[in-house]
Amino acid sequence: MTPEMEARPRLAPGCRLNEAKQQPRVLLMPERALRLNGPSLEIVERCDGTRTVRQIITEMQKLYAKAEPQKVEQDILGYLALLHEERALDFE
Amino acid sequence: MPKPLVLIAELTHRCPLHCVYCSNPREMVRRDGELPTEAWTRVVQEAAALGVLQTDLTGGEPLARTDLMEIVGAARGAGLYVSLITSGAPLDERRLEGLAGAGLDHLQLSFQGAREENAAQFANASAGTWEQKLRVARWVKQIRIGLTLNFVIHRENVDQLPEMIALGEEIAPGRIEFAHVQYYGWAFANRARLLPTREQLDRSLEILKSAEERLRGRTRVEYIVPDYYAKYPKACMEGWGRKAMIVAPGGDALPCHAAPAIPGLAFDNVREHSLREIWEDSAAFRRFRGEEWMPEPCRSCDRRAADFGGCRCQAYLLAGDAALTDPVCSRSPQRPLVDAIVSATNAPRAGMPPAMPDWVYRPNPS
Repeated sequence: MTPEMEARPRLAPGCRLNEAKQQPRVLLMPERALRLNGPSLEIVERCDGTRTVRQIITEMQKLYAKAEPQKVEQDILGYLALLHEERALDFE
Repeated sequence: MPKPLVLIAELTHRCPLHCVYCSNPREMVRRDGELPTEAWTRVVQEAAALGVLQTDLTGGEPLARTDLMEIVGAARGAGLYVSLITSGAPLDERRLEGLAGAGLDHLQLSFQGAREENAAQFANASAGTWEQKLRVARWVKQIRIGLTLNFVIHRENVDQLPEMIALGEEIAPGRIEFAHVQYYGWAFANRARLLPTREQLDRSLEILKSAEERLRGRTRVEYIVPDYYAKYPKACMEGWGRKAMIVAPGGDALPCHAAPAIPGLAFDNVREHSLREIWEDSAAFRRFRGEEWMPEPCRSCDRRAADFGGCRCQAYLLAGDAALTDPVCSRSPQRPLVDAIVSATNAPRAGMPPAMPDWVYRPNPS
């Protein structure tokens, strides 16, 4: 499933990031934890239910200005779809 | 040295239910032997310092502890992800809100089947248990913490699997777990009535696979199969002393829930030692950690890093020696022990069904 550009992704009930002072950073969810690297952490931090998918992509394209914008968009859409399938993310 | 990621905190053995497959040991800790609040507070802090990410607060029925909210708060305050593993029986909406406010992340609600009568049948539970579970599921969804439904399945309820899935779809939690009974403790005592036939098992796996597919993106479906029918053993606890630590109600630190059944293992207690000392040095955690202890055929087996020799408790329960290869493994010289149990379970039963033994219900320690 490809996320809609105007949908607002938000972490699903029971899913949250550990605290900023804790290392490594992980996405905690029922019975599992997903380790996050730089870009994946930056994406998950933006899934706050207020930003749209489009806004997240725009912000990430600015953050990774040297990367091919098309590639950044593809990667983000793929990652959001994966998190949704894992039931870590709802689209509102 | 591996680092533990999960702390399973068995807060009490007390429980209003009497499940015939309860994973608690046959010898249970009484209320006056339980760790006090301050000890659990220290344990969750030491766990976090050791690298643990998540804690499962379980029992018995963890809601039987009147200080549960303080323990949840301490665990969350220490930086842990906090799950409550419960029957939902002694809970009301206000207490649940209090627990969520204290930092509870996720609640796992157990079901004995898809029908109202199952709670009485398999858990000797009082009337009203069923409606209560449905209420708890509604509240949990309303306050937006994580919800897992846990259905324990076995010979006498596996045929209602489609009803369980329908109930799960109606409640629509983030996760549903279908756990075929594992044969330890009370379940071992009741095995003759619990172990499904091969036909039941195969049918259940077909149904579960299609439910998993159909619910993808809505509810994560996970299932656990009974390993008596498997070709290779389960990677029990993901390896002894490798990922998880269990603290029993009286403070004994265990590498596995069922480990107290193994004779000759001495467990260190959190009243006397820190979690780090126990994890790194206790004789019980070192006994089956890594590969040093392994006998043949495990020692030279290409699967030894995948299943760690299977389950130590099962080796003891079935073959009388915890240091043997898990007898469910098709490469184990003791596999005939399991084959005999499986064939007795699947023997054609002509005419009248044979008289089944009475259930052994787990008691409620005072």
